[in-house]
Amino acid sequence: MAIIEAERLKKTYPSKSGPVHALDGMDLSVPQGTVKALLGPNGAGKTTVVKILTTLIQPTAGTAHINGIDVLRDPKAARRIIGVSGQYSAVDENLTGFENLEMVGRLYHLGARESKRRAQELIDQFELTEAGNRPVKGFSGGMRRRIDLAGALVNHPKILFLDEPTTGLDPRSRLSLWGIIKDLVRDGTTLLLTTQYLEEADQLSDDIAVIDGGRTIAEGTADQLKAQIGGHRAVVSLVDASDAAAARQILGRHGDGEPVIGDDGRSIEVAVIDGPRALQYILSDLGESGIDLHDACMRRPSLDDVFLTLTGRRTEDTDETAHQKEAAA
Amino acid sequence: MSVIAPEGRQPENQQPRSHRPAPLEPPADLAMWFSDGWTVTKRNLTKLKRSPDMLVFAILQPIMFVLLFSQIYGGSIQVEGSNYTQYLMAGIFAQTVIFGSTFSGSAMAQDLKDGIIDRFRTLPMSSSAVLVGRTNSDLVLNTLSVIIMMGTGLLVGWRVNTSVGSALAGIGLLLLFSYSFSWVMALLGMSVKSPEVINNASFMILFPFTFISNAFVQAQNLPGPLETFANWNPVSALVQAVRELFGNTGTVPVPDAWPMQNALLTVLIGATLMLVVFVPLCVRKFASISSR
Repeated sequence: MAIIEAERLKKTYPSKSGPVHALDGMDLSVPQGTVKALLGPNGAGKTTVVKILTTLIQPTAGTAHINGIDVLRDPKAARRIIGVSGQYSAVDENLTGFENLEMVGRLYHLGARESKRRAQELIDQFELTEAGNRPVKGFSGGMRRRIDLAGALVNHPKILFLDEPTTGLDPRSRLSLWGIIKDLVRDGTTLLLTTQYLEEADQLSDDIAVIDGGRTIAEGTADQLKAQIGGHRAVVSLVDASDAAAARQILGRHGDGEPVIGDDGRSIEVAVIDGPRALQYILSDLGESGIDLHDACMRRPSLDDVFLTLTGRRTEDTDETAHQKEAAA
Repeated sequence: MSVIAPEGRQPENQQPRSHRPAPLEPPADLAMWFSDGWTVTKRNLTKLKRSPDMLVFAILQPIMFVLLFSQIYGGSIQVEGSNYTQYLMAGIFAQTVIFGSTFSGSAMAQDLKDGIIDRFRTLPMSSSAVLVGRTNSDLVLNTLSVIIMMGTGLLVGWRVNTSVGSALAGIGLLLLFSYSFSWVMALLGMSVKSPEVINNASFMILFPFTFISNAFVQAQNLPGPLETFANWNPVSALVQAVRELFGNTGTVPVPDAWPMQNALLTVLIGATLMLVVFVPLCVRKFASISSR
């Protein structure tokens, strides 16, 4: 039996325009000691799954077990073995980093001395020493996330839930948090992670479930998914839109799949197998045909590409797309 | 995608899920309940300590009210059978502690907005500890307010004309009523979308309740329907009971309405009712709330 098991989870919210299905029969299974990433755009249902598994909300239908405990029937037993760090840092702004962690320790009933000792240990481990004795109010977003994450680890949880741990962080804080998370799972903690970034899922997880409309639409390792959606993308941007048809043909010749012309009519991209070499050929052929370029590059596939391949449509979150471009750069 | 056979489940897991609220915690959990409640109280008080503006407000406002009302209206408002300062103080005490209790509402709403409620709800702590800690903090703040107001009142000539025991009972009654009311506000705080709503709503509702009462003027001087409202207003009962316990009634006639004739009993019943109704409602509500 896997350590996290959810079956046919449904969560329906009433709304003025009819019921909204946040989850629509989601199954989930995470073997002990592995890292699973739920990958999907905003509103796909990722947070809802985490909230159900961490006892915050009740599903409309379905079952959820962690470590053999029925989460819906015995939430308190479940809470003893989990650690949760949400999308919004759940720290008390008026308490210091140390006080926040100590309070969590007390509420895990570790006792006064052990709570203090564990808080100090986490402060040291997360390199929060400087910030440990100042109210959280003055901390940066990255620092808050680290305190929040430390809060999730106070009781040495058997299962860790991280809901979009790096959303909204600058690239440097993201890298540093990735390092911390990698260290954490090295000792066998089971981790369920949600993310909007394919790269993050790729970096941190053993297994990825792609979520859309409250259900899993694809599942596998990062490599399996990439094989399904193609590897790198070669992207060229034309000076003259009238060259688009000719350029498209050239990209099609060296790419793996149909080239796609962007909304502006000047940028064209195609999935490629041997990235650098394909780009070389493409550039050389474009040069021979006398097609002028503004720009040419290669990029890794994004969530958007996964979506386009799996569902035939793009994700609708423009902020996220902008962010992925920045992350891939 | 793997579908997992339901093997290894306990038979009890196959029973339909219960939606009834959890039964009250057994006595074995009492120590945990106490310690969790204290941990959260401490957290709230630290917050108070670290936000000096809030603390200054909590200390200065009662002083300001006592001085403004006694010095400005003292010369203009006549209360037959009593000196206005003597008459007024119980009204100021009651109004201040009632407004003090609204803090439970806005603070719960704020905690919900900040996401810290989600942290608490994923910890294996006592299910009422956050609420207990919240209302306890109001109690501490209100106790502080009452002490400050009494001190200021004594400076402007207000006196307790009964015994020490009776005066303590008066303080106790103010705190009991406001503590019970904190639970009402806590439920509201968990039911609204933003902390601002609580602040606006409590002003809209509590100002009429505290002003259409015997807190600042005699109910008999109010126009017909308002006089009836004032006589049956729970705030009036609280003010009347506290006035009696402090010995500030002078020879002012007691209106001929049951709650006014039995003010102390009315307050005790009212406070008990609020607790009996709102504590379970709050605990149940808390078990299902989550940020955003």
